[in-house]
Amino acid sequence: MPDARLRWKTRLFAAIVVLSNAFGNFSLKWGMDRQAALTLSPLDYIRAILSPWVMLGISLLILWLLTRMALLSWADLSYVLPVTSLGYVANALMGRFFLSEQITPQRWAGTLLIVGGTVLVGMGRPRTGTES
Amino acid sequence: MRAWFLLGLIVASSVASDLLQSREMKSHGEVRGFRWLGALTRKAGLILAVAFMAVSFFAFMALVQVADLSFAVPASAASLVFETVLARVVLKEQVDSRRWVGACLVASGVVLLAR
Repeated sequence: MPDARLRWKTRLFAAIVVLSNAFGNFSLKWGMDRQAALTLSPLDYIRAILSPWVMLGISLLILWLLTRMALLSWADLSYVLPVTSLGYVANALMGRFFLSEQITPQRWAGTLLIVGGTVLVGMGRPRTGTES
Repeated sequence: MRAWFLLGLIVASSVASDLLQSREMKSHGEVRGFRWLGALTRKAGLILAVAFMAVSFFAFMALVQVADLSFAVPASAASLVFETVLARVVLKEQVDSRRWVGACLVASGVVLLAR
């Protein structure tokens, strides 16, 4: 497959992975905050899963999972992982701006370090091949 | 305490799930279209990967109830550090120095988030 097409396809899938993860987790958190505290009873989980926000969150996370698995079929795990963790950072931002979470300077610093790490890893080629 | 237990469960089961997914999807080859989804029901490794993912997910549902999203989600990135090491050791990927530095930065970030 031509390099340019692979790079374009990789970026498109990576963008879907990041966005579906951020919005999926946000929706899940929003829904779970409105549920009674979970116990070990499966009924608690079933009730929570059937609520609209949690269901939306799960649907987006299923999209995230399938897109990420597809990406893994041609890209290295050590490339896909940091792309996923970029989604973790988007989640921290959503927590701050949409859930009014208090984020200490230390937590922001941690988030920025994660961004730095992901950028470093993302600059490499997605498929390096394996050792023979 | 409950949050840390749940986080440990999430990290351990995601590491297992990701390694299995990468190995099985690579053995399948680059996907085109949607026919590859059938592999989800045929490959034992992928079924096991999904089971680990389910454990991780249910623990995550419980975690977001007791912790901030801005903690829960980035803290789960701790799995990346274990996975980079295992990608090198188990999957034999060539992890270059840039990726190692990146993984270390992510690890430091997670430590700061956890404090």
